[in-house]
Amino acid sequence: MIQEFIVGIILGGIPLSVSLLLAGLGEMFTQRSGVFNLGVEGIMMLSAFIGFFVVYTIGSPFLGIIAAMAGGALMGLLMGLVSITFKASQGISGIGLFMFGWGLSGTLFRVYVGGVTTIKGINDIYIPVLSNIPIIGPILFSQNPLVYVAYLLVPVASWLLFKTSWGLKVRAVGTTPAAADTVGVSVVKIRYQSLVIGGVMAGLAGAYLSIAQAHLFADNITAGRGFIAVALVYFGRWKPAGIMGGALLFSMAHSFQRLIQVYGINFPYEIAVIIPYILVIVVLAFTWKSQSLGPLALGKPYDREFRG
Amino acid sequence: MVEKINHLEMQHITKRFPGVLALDDVSIELKKSEILALLGENGAGKTTLMNVLYGLYHQDEGSIFINDKIIEIESPINAMENHIGMVHQHFMLVPNLTVIENIALGYFQDTRFKLDLNLVRTKIMEIAKKYGMAVDPEAYIWQLSVGEQQRVELVKALTLGANLLILDEPTAALTPQQTDELIELLKEMARQDNSIIFISHKLNEVKSVSNRISVLRNGKLVHEGDTVSYTVSELAEEMAGRQINLPKSPEKLEFGEVMLDMKDIWAYNDQGGWGLQGLNLQLKAGEIMGIAGVSGNGQRELADVVSGVRKVEKGNILIDNWNITNHTASQIIERGMGYIPEDRLHEGSLPGFSVRENLILKDYNSSQISSSIFLKKKVIDKFANNLIETYNIKCPDMNTSCASLSGGNIQKVILAREITRNPKVLIAAYPIRGLDIGAAEYVHNRLIEAREAGMAILLISEELEEILDLSDRIGVIYEGAILKVLPGRGTDYKEIGLLMAGVIDE
Amino acid sequence: MSKNTEIKRHRQERMLNFGIVIVSLLAALIIGALLFLIAKGNPFKAYAVMFTKPFTSTFGMTEILVRAAPLMFVGLGIAIAFRSGILNIGAEGQILMGAIAGAAVALAFPDMPKIILLPMVFLASFIGGALWGGIAGWMRSYLNVNEILSTVMLNYIAIQVYMFFIRGPLIDPKEVSYGTGVPQTAVFSKNAWLTRLIPGTRLHTGIFIAIVLAVLVYILLWKTTIGYRMRAVGIEPKAARAAGMNVKAYLLLAMLLSGGFAGMAGAIEITGIHHRAMESISAGYGFSGIVVALFGGLHPLGIIPSSALFGLLIVGSDMMQRAVNVPASIILSIQGLVILSLVSSQNFLTNPRFKEKILKIFDSKSKTRNLKKGGRA
Repeated sequence: MIQEFIVGIILGGIPLSVSLLLAGLGEMFTQRSGVFNLGVEGIMMLSAFIGFFVVYTIGSPFLGIIAAMAGGALMGLLMGLVSITFKASQGISGIGLFMFGWGLSGTLFRVYVGGVTTIKGINDIYIPVLSNIPIIGPILFSQNPLVYVAYLLVPVASWLLFKTSWGLKVRAVGTTPAAADTVGVSVVKIRYQSLVIGGVMAGLAGAYLSIAQAHLFADNITAGRGFIAVALVYFGRWKPAGIMGGALLFSMAHSFQRLIQVYGINFPYEIAVIIPYILVIVVLAFTWKSQSLGPLALGKPYDREFRG
Repeated sequence: MVEKINHLEMQHITKRFPGVLALDDVSIELKKSEILALLGENGAGKTTLMNVLYGLYHQDEGSIFINDKIIEIESPINAMENHIGMVHQHFMLVPNLTVIENIALGYFQDTRFKLDLNLVRTKIMEIAKKYGMAVDPEAYIWQLSVGEQQRVELVKALTLGANLLILDEPTAALTPQQTDELIELLKEMARQDNSIIFISHKLNEVKSVSNRISVLRNGKLVHEGDTVSYTVSELAEEMAGRQINLPKSPEKLEFGEVMLDMKDIWAYNDQGGWGLQGLNLQLKAGEIMGIAGVSGNGQRELADVVSGVRKVEKGNILIDNWNITNHTASQIIERGMGYIPEDRLHEGSLPGFSVRENLILKDYNSSQISSSIFLKKKVIDKFANNLIETYNIKCPDMNTSCASLSGGNIQKVILAREITRNPKVLIAAYPIRGLDIGAAEYVHNRLIEAREAGMAILLISEELEEILDLSDRIGVIYEGAILKVLPGRGTDYKEIGLLMAGVIDE
Repeated sequence: MSKNTEIKRHRQERMLNFGIVIVSLLAALIIGALLFLIAKGNPFKAYAVMFTKPFTSTFGMTEILVRAAPLMFVGLGIAIAFRSGILNIGAEGQILMGAIAGAAVALAFPDMPKIILLPMVFLASFIGGALWGGIAGWMRSYLNVNEILSTVMLNYIAIQVYMFFIRGPLIDPKEVSYGTGVPQTAVFSKNAWLTRLIPGTRLHTGIFIAIVLAVLVYILLWKTTIGYRMRAVGIEPKAARAAGMNVKAYLLLAMLLSGGFAGMAGAIEITGIHHRAMESISAGYGFSGIVVALFGGLHPLGIIPSSALFGLLIVGSDMMQRAVNVPASIILSIQGLVILSLVSSQNFLTNPRFKEKILKIFDSKSKTRNLKKGGRA
């Protein structure tokens, strides 16, 4: 019984972790370059709709994902325009982007689709033989293809950040932009690139939600996952492995909460639902203090003439 | 590959900032193996001129020639391609990266994605060997001392291909002895076919390091020529446009009671290490005590603990025999503490508040300025107008935002606010940093007046001249403690310099 | 520069600031027009309906004020927080917590005379919202937790807590006995109803309460030592700390007040409109309030007209939905655009280069005008 319960949590948790992990890895690059993009939630919503809509009309999940990522990239550019070019306050800009994405995705859904409609999307794959192994089989070898993509991106992100000259530039720009600027690294360019990467990843995360996880689109489909992803970046100390750990922790909490309901354990539904959000707050309270390890220039627009 | 620089000319450079003509038709020239000193006061335009040369700013008028060919320098990349390197006054290093990573940052421009640190390491070691500089490529920047960081900056510029080096106020954070070493190193570099532009306002250094001198004043080139043909005092006059005589405090023998008594103070710095380690200090009424030292030796923490914004881990601080250790800032202010902070823009004043609101920053709660809740508008208006007049604060009216004032006028607002409160102890941290000579003179006169009025003044500064001009006693701070207290008169640079480096001559 | 020209320039700068705010609203509306096209709506017709139709009927005009009242409360609260340097994104949750606290009091004392009960409901709502905002304020002050993330998370939590109460402990007994189970409380006694001003409309006295409070907030922020400290903490915490202010306490106070005002917006809705607590009472006021506050220049006296404008936009968008067939939710994305263009315009306001250029144009215009008049330039 207990073993069944734990396996149930893990089985339910892994799919839930994907959108957090993807969006979190993207936001990691954004924050590492010094930009705090709170609009991830809005990007995810809009991309979830775009991905859903392409699959709904054309039927191709691949094109749906591409379109969602392109939409995310555009949203990243918009955030860049506001926060890098116009040097606006990043916190409030992110909220603006969130409202923009939320309102637009809901509107377009009502105009072009109308009501709840399911799509085929991307289904789980079962690797022959291996998926039959008890416990490990279902957990490791019968997941959605995007699950494998997301987890493969963890080492890729790590390599990109720590082993390439581009990653070095991102880290420098987010910590001491003036130093990068004076050796010829374009702070603006690197920050735009990072925001676009963040947008693309949030786009993929959104597409996963609608195409692979839910097989439908609904208003407010993300339910705060974008914001949780932002918080995860702090929790993971701006490192891919840490973010992965965080994504797993939260999705397991979420899965636990769902399982409680499935098992009919007597526990108020509303209280169960808030467990992951409370966990975010608690975790923030414990991890925020050591912010000195993170990108020092986070949230500060760079202006060569007013370097001071 | 662009050929190395044999001859550099900047001709008729003009640069405007909003409301300011920063450079006005300035021309300079430099040949191979020469060291050119760019001399001038704060705000004279030296750094702006060099930022133009390094591609950080673009000139509004004028042109730059290298080896008699006109070139456009649009960005630091262009500057680096043309073999120009710059060591900024505030080092441009990323603290949480290693030396090698900092240099690699500029080494791999867009083309290469792969990060080949070994290649960079080889390059660094070559340069280090060539000029006899010890550098640890694997060290993190935050682990290095100021002097070591400066060496990294030099190695960085050379590794990135520079043979013309611009050094902006390179001696600001060095002891006199370290300065001498740097000067020797620069001369060696010049001998090996590099050319150097040395920005400074310190005449003695300029005299000993450079071949030629260009003097800037208010954005204009006022003088140029060979170093040997001018005396230090002639240069000083060129620089200021008149005889400089910052006021000195008159000699005094009698002082009052001990007003500030710090006994064995220990406190952490922002990095979590010890910032103050058993600091002892006594300051009497009517006395100015100068705190000399290389920055980062506990000056910041000293000012913080006395003003109540940093926790004292051990020891006691007494103001007029009243223990204020770890009291809140407001209690300490109440006890008679005045504070002119180092960061006048963000700690000394509220940039978005009006001059009027800034002037009551410490008195908004007093019964004259407010009833228990409401601010008394008329009283405050009168009070503010009064101070604006007495302290000659130049602003259109008292509702002008403090952010739009010049540095000198912001400092006047702070002085007015702190001195009118007639504190028992006044801490002045770097009170003339970044001010022009007129404003500096004003600040010094006010400090001397405050001393005459019986305040006990703690003057923290990195300008030895300022300390020697004003102080009755000089405390040399080193690694969070006062190493030795010297008399204010009859002490020479060399003695202070050795102490600043932690050397006690018994 | 003489004193007179300086003062003139000061005035010009104010005009410039106002002009830029208007331009950024227009910019958002123009981009919004593209959204209408994408959503298969005619933008000209849509905007025409949105901005004029509410004025064609008593119902429309009164509805603007009905919407403006909670927006003003939320906007005031957000302005208090932003002025004190803390970004409160959690008004949505604070409204709900205010509503549930107010509802509990209204249901507990149905026989209390109106003159006592209504203030009690408002006080309870204030406390409910203040506590909810206070959690984020306390965590920011004492645990250094980013308030944007914590308030956003608290929004999600608040919705569930609110639903828990109106589904469970506070549910209308009738819903249980009839077995319909609609999550809402019983209707309050009339003693907890705000007076309706015009029969047949929903206009209630809440708008006057909001305006009075706007004036009080203005006095608090600019005329008292508490407000002086709150603004000082918001502008430059380092300087405030050096001047002996308890920065943490004032951040917390700002969040308590901010949450309290949002909570009272909840009270306005339950006592003025619905007369009970029910699902989705907030209608996105928590986020719209951010736009209202920013558009009003974070100044209480600017927030009064600003909340009327966005009240108009919300009422207008409902009417637009019927006329042009584009969902009213498009207004949410237009508000997002207003935020983006407003914060972008701050760059122009603070960029001296840009300012100088514009002021030069001012100068040359006034010169030519003077020359035309034959006056002294």
